[in-house]
Amino acid sequence: MEYAAPATLDNALALAHETDGQVRFLAGGTDVLVQLRSGLFEPDLVIDIKQIPGMLDVTRSPEGAWTIGAAVPGRILGTIEGLRDDWPGIVEAMELIGSTQIQSRASLVGNLCNASPAADGIPAMVAAGATVSIAGVDGLRTAEVADILMAPGQTNLKKGEIVTSIDLPARVAGSADAYLRFIPRTEMDIAVAGCAVNLTVKDSQVCTARVSLGAVAPTVLLVPDAATAICGTCLDETALNDLAAACRAACRPIDDKRGTVAFRTDIAGVLARRAAILAYRRAQERESA
Amino acid sequence: MALDDLRTKEFRVVGTRPIRPDGIDKVTGRAKFGADVTASGMLHGAILRSPHPHARILSIDVSRAIAEPAVKAVVTRADFAGNLEGEDWNVLENIMAGERALYDGHAIAAVAATSALSARDALKLIDVTYEKLPFVTDVDEAIRPGAPVIREGAADESVPEGLHPNIVRYHENGHGDVEKGFAEADLVIERSFVTEATHQGYIEPHACLAQLGPDGKGELWCCTQGHFAAARICAKLVGIDASQLRVTPSEIGGGFGGKTTVFIEPVALALSRKANRPVKIVMSRSEVFRATGPTSSASMNVKIGMRKNGDITAAEGEFRLQGGAFPNAPMEFAAMCAFAPYDLEHVRSRGWDILCNRPKQAAYRAPGSPMGAFAVESVIDELCNRLKLDPIEVRLRNAVKEGARAAFGPRFQRIGLIETLEQAKAHPHYMAELKPGQGRGVSCGFWFNHSGETSVSLALSYDGTVSLSVGTPDIGGSRASMCQMAAEELGIPYENVRTTIADTGSLGYNDISHGSRVTYASGLATIRAAQDTIRKLCARAAARWEIDEEAVVWEDGHARPAGPNAGEFEPLSLAAIAADMGETGGPIAGHFEITPNGAGVSFATHIVDAEVDRETGAAKVVRYTVVQDAGKAIHPSYVEGQYQGGAVQGIGWALNEEYVYGDDGCLQNAGFLDYRMPVASDLPFIDTVIVEVPNPGHPYGVRGVGETSICPPLAAIANAVSNAADVRMTHLPMSPPRLLKAIQEKELG
Ligand SMILES: Cc1cc2nc3c(=O)[nH]c(=O)nc-3n(C[C@H](O)[C@H](O)[C@H](O)COP(=O)(O)OP(=O)(O)OC[C@H]3O[C@@H](n4cnc5c(N)ncnc54)[C@H](O)[C@@H]3O)c2cc1C
Repeated sequence: MEYAAPATLDNALALAHETDGQVRFLAGGTDVLVQLRSGLFEPDLVIDIKQIPGMLDVTRSPEGAWTIGAAVPGRILGTIEGLRDDWPGIVEAMELIGSTQIQSRASLVGNLCNASPAADGIPAMVAAGATVSIAGVDGLRTAEVADILMAPGQTNLKKGEIVTSIDLPARVAGSADAYLRFIPRTEMDIAVAGCAVNLTVKDSQVCTARVSLGAVAPTVLLVPDAATAICGTCLDETALNDLAAACRAACRPIDDKRGTVAFRTDIAGVLARRAAILAYRRAQERESA
Repeated sequence: MALDDLRTKEFRVVGTRPIRPDGIDKVTGRAKFGADVTASGMLHGAILRSPHPHARILSIDVSRAIAEPAVKAVVTRADFAGNLEGEDWNVLENIMAGERALYDGHAIAAVAATSALSARDALKLIDVTYEKLPFVTDVDEAIRPGAPVIREGAADESVPEGLHPNIVRYHENGHGDVEKGFAEADLVIERSFVTEATHQGYIEPHACLAQLGPDGKGELWCCTQGHFAAARICAKLVGIDASQLRVTPSEIGGGFGGKTTVFIEPVALALSRKANRPVKIVMSRSEVFRATGPTSSASMNVKIGMRKNGDITAAEGEFRLQGGAFPNAPMEFAAMCAFAPYDLEHVRSRGWDILCNRPKQAAYRAPGSPMGAFAVESVIDELCNRLKLDPIEVRLRNAVKEGARAAFGPRFQRIGLIETLEQAKAHPHYMAELKPGQGRGVSCGFWFNHSGETSVSLALSYDGTVSLSVGTPDIGGSRASMCQMAAEELGIPYENVRTTIADTGSLGYNDISHGSRVTYASGLATIRAAQDTIRKLCARAAARWEIDEEAVVWEDGHARPAGPNAGEFEPLSLAAIAADMGETGGPIAGHFEITPNGAGVSFATHIVDAEVDRETGAAKVVRYTVVQDAGKAIHPSYVEGQYQGGAVQGIGWALNEEYVYGDDGCLQNAGFLDYRMPVASDLPFIDTVIVEVPNPGHPYGVRGVGETSICPPLAAIANAVSNAADVRMTHLPMSPPRLLKAIQEKELG
């Protein structure tokens, strides 16, 4: 196995392109190293992307859109001025991952590209309507986060394509998101179900919403029916019940050591209610602020 | 070996909390654990394991592995002793499969190579042909008609005729006439209970370094709770004399019973003999889960009758435990301990030892007792609820005291159950108000405690300091306690004693550090070895003063004339006598060897508050108090640590830990991600109360404390959660899916 830490994006792309065998990119390495040691795969080349300019940067455009470099450790997100105000759900999702040690390495892009159905960062990104910037030998492209997820552990990134950043749109007043997961312990566990809600309120009414579920299907789900259930409401009990029902209807989970089909489906509804209430409260605060 | 009356009065060192002698080594990383040992020329061993829960091994072809230049030896069952019987054969069959693989993870062959990586790679070059066989991993299914038979003819003579061949031992105890007792009750409750298998979860995976020459002489360094026992069984399994194998124990990163037997050590020895080089084996965490010894899973029925006033009129229990593909699941301990706290006129308890396709169970802290207590104490809690009685008052009414006949037979000597209940009742925790959504649970628990073969040696240095050698690995701070007891007797400072865990070549046979026996038995032997030393010190003083030995007494670390008649002499300190011991008769050392018979039993009462999220089924322990009888706490901090540790392991067992076997018969969660031990943030502070009702069988009154602390938690937590959720939980762990289902079923009616 070879290891390379190229100093430019072009070098990284060329290396990835030219190598015949299996190539793995390495951001924080908190998935890659664990999988390597457990013998899950034996790559021919590991390309560390942390030396590439921009990979560790977080920037905000004058319009308020955010660009988060592919290797930015989760630990940093909460310390960036204004990011938590705009995207509290994304930051809290990242802060749920592993422990302090893990978070000082683990990245949002790594979380996305590892493509676990139970990844904590992905539902929040999907609910946020985040996009990713992707570089390949043929040039740059962008894609919606939800669109690059194919199956457990599988994205539709082409061989040699590197995600360079996560991009979050600018916020309008009265917007907020929230992410909640259920684990049987208090930390160091894998989501049995997760739910992110991103919404905008005007005069206490939900005017736009995106709801996303994790760990209840082969990939993270965007649930349009769940958004419809709360749009135009003040998140009253009926709206919350409809939201929960829509989420449960969207679930296609499996029975495994982490939870049963019935349990996961149930919990998805509970989490949706709780996340919606949290996002709604935050959005109201941001509306008045 | 009676309690020394003098000693119950005033202690100088015992009962204080000095810093543990191994503390600095452990916090700086200097301590040598199992995997820290290396030798020049060392090879690395790796073990090939069965991917099937049950399969006939048709052939093992190692030729491709052997052909690798890095590979220096491959062993299979043929490289071990062939003439073993009984438990020796069981252990061998467990650490290296014979004709059949009996569980997912069962060892099939092993390789020694020049690096750990090449050893691991070489495993892929071993070709095994399996014929898959039907399997069973559930204790109840294993005894259904038609369940695959794990081993024909494995049942011993205790098993009544006509039972399923997977039932290999049967046990019964009790007295009185339970039917008569039930007829006298105002309320009888009968329920079934299930507990899943859990692992001890020690931090340090098994590791060893072995060296065995063609001359049959060997050395073994390993992480174990009992190196003398390891020497005995390893020698048997590789067919050499026990005394030719010297075993040195490393520091131990936890054992809790799981390191009382061997797994990799005989394999490393066999590989070393074949390669004629030292071989090191370190287990991975998934190997620890798949192929070491978890505790039994259990299926139980308990029936108890109570009068309106809280008197228990009769009690009956059935305890079915599976111990993997081998006999000796601790079903009799479950059956014996379950009713031990109560003075019962009519009681009957029965146990069945059941085989299934899982790894051989190993001891886990009070084996059997926690499950039995879970079943019995849950029914008592329900009786209290239904009859509107206070659970501590009811337990006090029925509690055993000195002279009472234990449910399992003998009469109790001096015991402290009532004292623990009184202290629990008076504790602020028991009076604290509960918040909405919370529930409180109480439980008692019992463990026998063990004594075992014990040999201790205590030698003086010329400067008056003391070297104490014991043969019981220090698994819970025992070196500190040994130093304290030696210092107490000798009248010298704690710091002047160093306790070493001596290897098997340096001391008489010592039983394993198990059964909560170390502070009791090695402590007793240490005290007696110190007294032996004192006799010798007094003799030296007597010789110097030219008076009778009987005319010299030992006080405050000095030899003194016994009284005015003995003459007027300046007292001689231990250091003064040691300084010229060479010329006054030779080195001074004290010894003591014994299998003592006074290990005092111990009881505990736990109080737990739990909180339940009714929408998710998540349960959280919010307050926990342990009240336990220690007899005499030598080092109170380590006693408290044992109390807390038992409670914490109990919380894991009760709420989330379990071995999950899939439809394929394979273990689904062989790692800490999905084998959910509690993390620090899952736990409340565990409050402790040390009760001291001296054990008449120990000079200072010590009782073992390590195991009793895990006996009440399963029941206390289950009672708390059941009361919080208003639904009786009878299946552990009470993981969120299980608890939510129970809540929803009750709500639906
Ligand atoms: C102890 C522990 C606890 C954990 N807890 C959680 C948890 O609670 N929740 C959770 O969701 N996850 C958890 N994880 C998993 C992991 O930490 C996260 O998925 C993390 O976000 C991965 O980020 P990383 O930067 O370390 O990724 P890496 O390991 O570096 O990479 C992950 C994957 O993404 C690919 N990749 C990385 N960068 C790029 C790129 N720029 N372009 C294309 N592909 C790329 C890699 O090749 C690899 O396949 C835990 C892991 C550990 C070890």
